Amino acid sequence: MEEGKKIKHTTGTRNKLAGLVLVIAILVGFPPLLSSYWVGLLTEMLIFATLAMSLDILVGYTGMPSLSHAGFFGVAAYTVAILSTRHQAGFWLCLLGGIAMGVFAGAVLGLFVSHVKSVYFLMITLALGMVLWGLSYRWIPMTGGDNGISGIPSLEAHTGLPLAGPLPFYYVTLFVFALCGSLMALFVSSPFGHTLKGIRESESRMSSLGVNTWLHRYLCYIVAGAFASVAGILWAYYNGFVSPSYLDLTASVELFFMVTLGGAGTLVGPALGAGIIVFLKNFISAYTDRWLLILGTVYILAIFFAPRGLWNRFLRKARNRERITSRP
Amino acid sequence: MTEKQTGFGHRKGSNVENTVPCLALENLTKDFGGLRAVAKITLSIQPGERHVFMGPNGAGKTTLFNLISGEIPATDGRIVLFGRDVTQLASYQRAALGIARTFQITNLLPNLTVFENLLLACEALSRTKFVMLWPVSRYGHLLERAQHLLNDFGLGELRDEPVKNISYGDQRKVEVALSLATRPRLLLLDEPMAGLSSSETHSMDLLLKKLDPAITVLLIEHDMDVALAFAEKITVLHQGQVLAQGTKDEIRTNPMVQEIYLGVDVE
Ligand SMILES: Nc1ncnc2c1ncn2[C@@H]1O[C@H](COP(=O)(O)OP(=O)(O)O)[C@@H](O)[C@H]1O
Ligand SMILES: [Mg+2]
Repeated sequence: MEEGKKIKHTTGTRNKLAGLVLVIAILVGFPPLLSSYWVGLLTEMLIFATLAMSLDILVGYTGMPSLSHAGFFGVAAYTVAILSTRHQAGFWLCLLGGIAMGVFAGAVLGLFVSHVKSVYFLMITLALGMVLWGLSYRWIPMTGGDNGISGIPSLEAHTGLPLAGPLPFYYVTLFVFALCGSLMALFVSSPFGHTLKGIRESESRMSSLGVNTWLHRYLCYIVAGAFASVAGILWAYYNGFVSPSYLDLTASVELFFMVTLGGAGTLVGPALGAGIIVFLKNFISAYTDRWLLILGTVYILAIFFAPRGLWNRFLRKARNRERITSRP
Repeated sequence: MTEKQTGFGHRKGSNVENTVPCLALENLTKDFGGLRAVAKITLSIQPGERHVFMGPNGAGKTTLFNLISGEIPATDGRIVLFGRDVTQLASYQRAALGIARTFQITNLLPNLTVFENLLLACEALSRTKFVMLWPVSRYGHLLERAQHLLNDFGLGELRDEPVKNISYGDQRKVEVALSLATRPRLLLLDEPMAGLSSSETHSMDLLLKKLDPAITVLLIEHDMDVALAFAEKITVLHQGQVLAQGTKDEIRTNPMVQEIYLGVDVE
């Protein structure tokens, strides 16, 4: 019995490791063979994958279904835009400023959301998301309103490193994605992350055991905001301009859908979900402008086909297969 | 190891002064709208006491526990724990002072495994719960404690099962195990036996008897035999008020209790 368990465990770990190596090999080795359109698309996928994973910390691990998460992304992107175009700030200041503003936004907004649960949480984050979008749209002297802010220097010009062209930017993004992904994976497997899962399962149980659940939710909200800010900073440099369109409700809903389509509470799933959604969006909007209609259809199919997300479905299938093959 | 000799959940160095009551309630009251679920209850519990609360359904027993543990705020009155007024404290703060409880309606972390449930309970009062950048597997002493609890409660076989998949009887065991994981000084057990089969009841009964005598235990229990076997003192609640209180002999012979609550059971 013990033996069997051990063997099953190691094949599981080996498969995981093999999968990881394969994915890294593809992400590192393939892009030089692709056209710059595809490299750009992959870059976008990775940026949104980072963002979606940071939302997963809230949705999947803590049970905080935030509808304003794109706000952090936007706050950081706007910070980079404002600092670099109006104040001629250097790269490091933009980087640190973007993260600091994201953390600050998390610390302030967290005060409003951390004590609210379930549907009320959805409502209040929805409202906060609208406020942030409203700010970006209407606070024209600061944000440029509908026109946004353009003229953000390229990463090459800003850092002084030889990073011209889509491919080097892609590798920078890949590095940031891998770094953030590893940190988030560590975060969810830490004692803090485990406590978050406990709070998701039963808040009253955790507080009767002695956990200040409010504080844990609050800190988690800030951490998730910090990771979303990193994605926002990448996005600002990638695009060279920022506009309110990445702060509106559709953006937050799309983001939320990336998480649920891929499988909340898995980190891998939401990254996958982000890749799929970004791909579909780019691909389909080349042919039709009914992107939302198609997104809706995909959503309905997903609910029927994989209600707990694609990655969870895959994991269950893999586990079942293992059980069948390991049977004598 | 010392736990084996002295019983479950033994606290190191728990020399409680006998002068201060472990728990004192003063005119404790809870209103739900117009309903007075707990009405001006005053009582005092000594350290190490085994105290059973009885009373018909809706008498206010669970509400009383919720007030003591800080689950819900009191409408009026005071709760004094180890000589300290805790009426305004949140439940996690009271837990840090040494209260632990079980829930009448099983309240576990259903999608986590039995071991993860215990591990979270073990780290709930330590500062480790704030560590964000080390995997939990690094904390050997916590893992060890969780494993100890697992073995003590005979749940070893179920270690990696999600709690939602194990039997009701085992869930009730996990419920008690979680409450002991924080090494409480005051333990509130809300009907731990309810709904168990007779063999499960028996093993739960043994569990309760093996509890560290230094822990003060308040138990809500309907079964008169279990109550009498367990407790030195019994409080009978009725419509939010204390109907009778005393040693088990006093309660057994109290005519009012016999009429209202025990009438059916005795004779
Ligand atoms: N959260 C609540 N809201 C409204 N009424 C409640 C609530 N909790 C308990 N009650 C009412 O308070 C009374 C006492 O309930 P409870 O303490 O659960 O009784 P017991 O545990 O003794 O069976 C009951 O009439 C119950 O309906
Ligand atoms: Mg009850």
